[in-house]
Amino acid sequence: MPLLEVKDLHARIADKEILRGLSLKVNKGEVHAIMGPNGSGKSTFANVLAGRPDYAVTQGQVMLDGADITALLPEDRAVRGLFLAFQYPAEVPGVRPWQFLKASSDAVQTYRRQAKLSVRDFTKVFDGAVKETGINSELVKRSLNEGFSGGEKKRNEMLQMKVLQPKLCVMDETDSGLDIDALKMVASVVNGMRTAERAFIIVTHYSRILNYIQPDYVHVLVDGRIVQSAGADLAHEIERSGYEKFLKAGARTS
Amino acid sequence: MTQGITVSREKGLEEKGYKWGFTTDVETELAPKGLNEDIIRLISRMKKEPEWLLEWRLKAYRYWAKLHAGEGAPKWAKVEYPPIDFQDIYYYAAPRSQSGPPKSLADVDPEMLEAFEKLGVPLQEREKLAGVAVDAVFDSVSIATTYKAKLEELGIIFCSFSEAVQKHPDLVKQYLGSVVPATDNFYAALNSAVFSDGSFAYVPPGVRCPIELMTYFRINTEGSGQFERTLIIADKSAYVSYLEGCTAPSRKTNQLHAAVVELIALDDGEVKYSTIQNWFPGTKDGKGGVYNFVTKRGKCAGRNSKISWTQVETGSAITWKYPSVFLQGDNSTGEFYSVALTNNYQQADTGTKMVHIGKNTKSTIVAKGISAGHGRNTYRGQVKIMPGADGATNHTQCDSLLIGPLSVANTVPYIEVRNPTARLEHEASTSKVSDDQLFYLQSRGISAEDAHHMIITGWSRDVIKELPFEFAIEANQLLKVSLEGAVG
Repeated sequence: MPLLEVKDLHARIADKEILRGLSLKVNKGEVHAIMGPNGSGKSTFANVLAGRPDYAVTQGQVMLDGADITALLPEDRAVRGLFLAFQYPAEVPGVRPWQFLKASSDAVQTYRRQAKLSVRDFTKVFDGAVKETGINSELVKRSLNEGFSGGEKKRNEMLQMKVLQPKLCVMDETDSGLDIDALKMVASVVNGMRTAERAFIIVTHYSRILNYIQPDYVHVLVDGRIVQSAGADLAHEIERSGYEKFLKAGARTS
Repeated sequence: MTQGITVSREKGLEEKGYKWGFTTDVETELAPKGLNEDIIRLISRMKKEPEWLLEWRLKAYRYWAKLHAGEGAPKWAKVEYPPIDFQDIYYYAAPRSQSGPPKSLADVDPEMLEAFEKLGVPLQEREKLAGVAVDAVFDSVSIATTYKAKLEELGIIFCSFSEAVQKHPDLVKQYLGSVVPATDNFYAALNSAVFSDGSFAYVPPGVRCPIELMTYFRINTEGSGQFERTLIIADKSAYVSYLEGCTAPSRKTNQLHAAVVELIALDDGEVKYSTIQNWFPGTKDGKGGVYNFVTKRGKCAGRNSKISWTQVETGSAITWKYPSVFLQGDNSTGEFYSVALTNNYQQADTGTKMVHIGKNTKSTIVAKGISAGHGRNTYRGQVKIMPGADGATNHTQCDSLLIGPLSVANTVPYIEVRNPTARLEHEASTSKVSDDQLFYLQSRGISAEDAHHMIITGWSRDVIKELPFEFAIEANQLLKVSLEGAVG
């Protein structure tokens, strides 16, 4: 049974259909890269997986671990092990990252019918992740994402992914706007978390990050559909010749 | 008059959120309804007050009666309510078993102790609660003051107002009305005429009060008003932190609460005053609830003195209060930190007044208003810099948070500067809980309701963090309970 199975997914925002029959299977232990030109629906796909309420799923299904999660609330997907690393994480004044993540960890543990982590144990995990992601330890004592630079926000997303240890990590353009050091940190977190049980979906515009994270599959998304899937070499091909040749393949047929 | 209402209504109430809505079955001694000079004489006689205090009350009453016959209650606040029939209120309601103040906890009616137990007020002097001294005011009468002996060793006086009148008449006479005169305003005059009890605290020179002093106010009797009077004095280089909590039963009729609080800080003295106001807010469709018309004011009388107000206002059908500081001593500091929440049909018109008189006086205002449902929330604040206040500074921050399409927030700042060296800053914002914030928190497994709560308490954090620790936890819980049904 695949960890994630997306069947003929259609989704729209307001009157605009953005996903138009997207299908994808992701097995445990795999890393999938989703690439595509601007406006192809990559970020929409990541957000629809996480259950963002702005999007309406009009057709198709999303199965996680054999359970249909298409209609679940975002929080119910999260506790089942689906994690979205945001491209633009929201700022939440007055809420400290520690407190936020402890609440999140508690929700996950409760769903798993396991004891909540003690403050001491959680702090140990949290501090470890702060160190590994290189996030400014002064910043995490303040408000969630407030006053964080773009790079710090991305580090904070990786910090959360590291602490929560989800089954399926969906990363929405985590690499965009990162300098080389931050990019290597992201790769190191992902590579360190790769296990036979966990899978990653890396949504990206550029193949740069895939020089540090070896994907098992690369998919090209055009106009809300996957138009080509292949191994890691596909990313290099895109790096050489761009998305031009895929655009025709994905042209809308009315 | 015995009230046959059971004590176990906590769960059966239709107002799911208000778990403090129980009534307590104790026999109550009521003065007849209505207000006139005879009632005031009766109150004063029952409390065995000295002649000067009766005269003070009568003077206040005559002033109030004149206002009442004339323009009536002040109308400038942005709150709406039908005219109050002041002759249809009990001005004195005392639990009957209390003939004279109780000598010790053993003399207090067990039913009443149980009522306070339910409220979570630590009235018993238990080891684990060794941090708070409590004076509990039930309807009009102060029930018991814990930790008295411990405080007495340090020369700290903490007792009911009535007891202070008997045992410390000179202090009461010296300070009563010195910050809020009997003729200050309509409701202050009413309170001065009919106040029946309250708390009194005096901390002598150089003493830092080692525990938090606390008063728990509770209205129990139907149709009774509560008019407590609180007077707190920090003498030279003294420090005191005082907590005030308030609840009332759920009733379909409105209840009037018109308190007066006076704070005085002498040279280098400091008073920190924290309130959690959770009077019954009325039903979801706006029936019943407490009218909370309160005058609170502090006077920084001495040099380098400091008075700090922190309030979390979640209760009452209508709140009308402006805890203020008169900064008279040079280098004195006034602070006001407030979170006011209105849900359903609650209305709040609240804020502060900082009057800078002395040199280099400094004030800080952080006011946060949360409106949900049909709630109406107005911040009204005045900063006044008098001619002699060289180098005065004020920083004001007013933030409003709107929940739902029908709630209303207003900000009404008044600034009056009569000294060119003053420095004032004013920041204001209005925001909503954004969908992005909610989705972000939910995507980490936090339920919509908890996410709302987390965003709102985070937004209120600058105020909540000013509260003593246990009070802060209670405040966070209250914000959550008060918003149930408004979000999610």
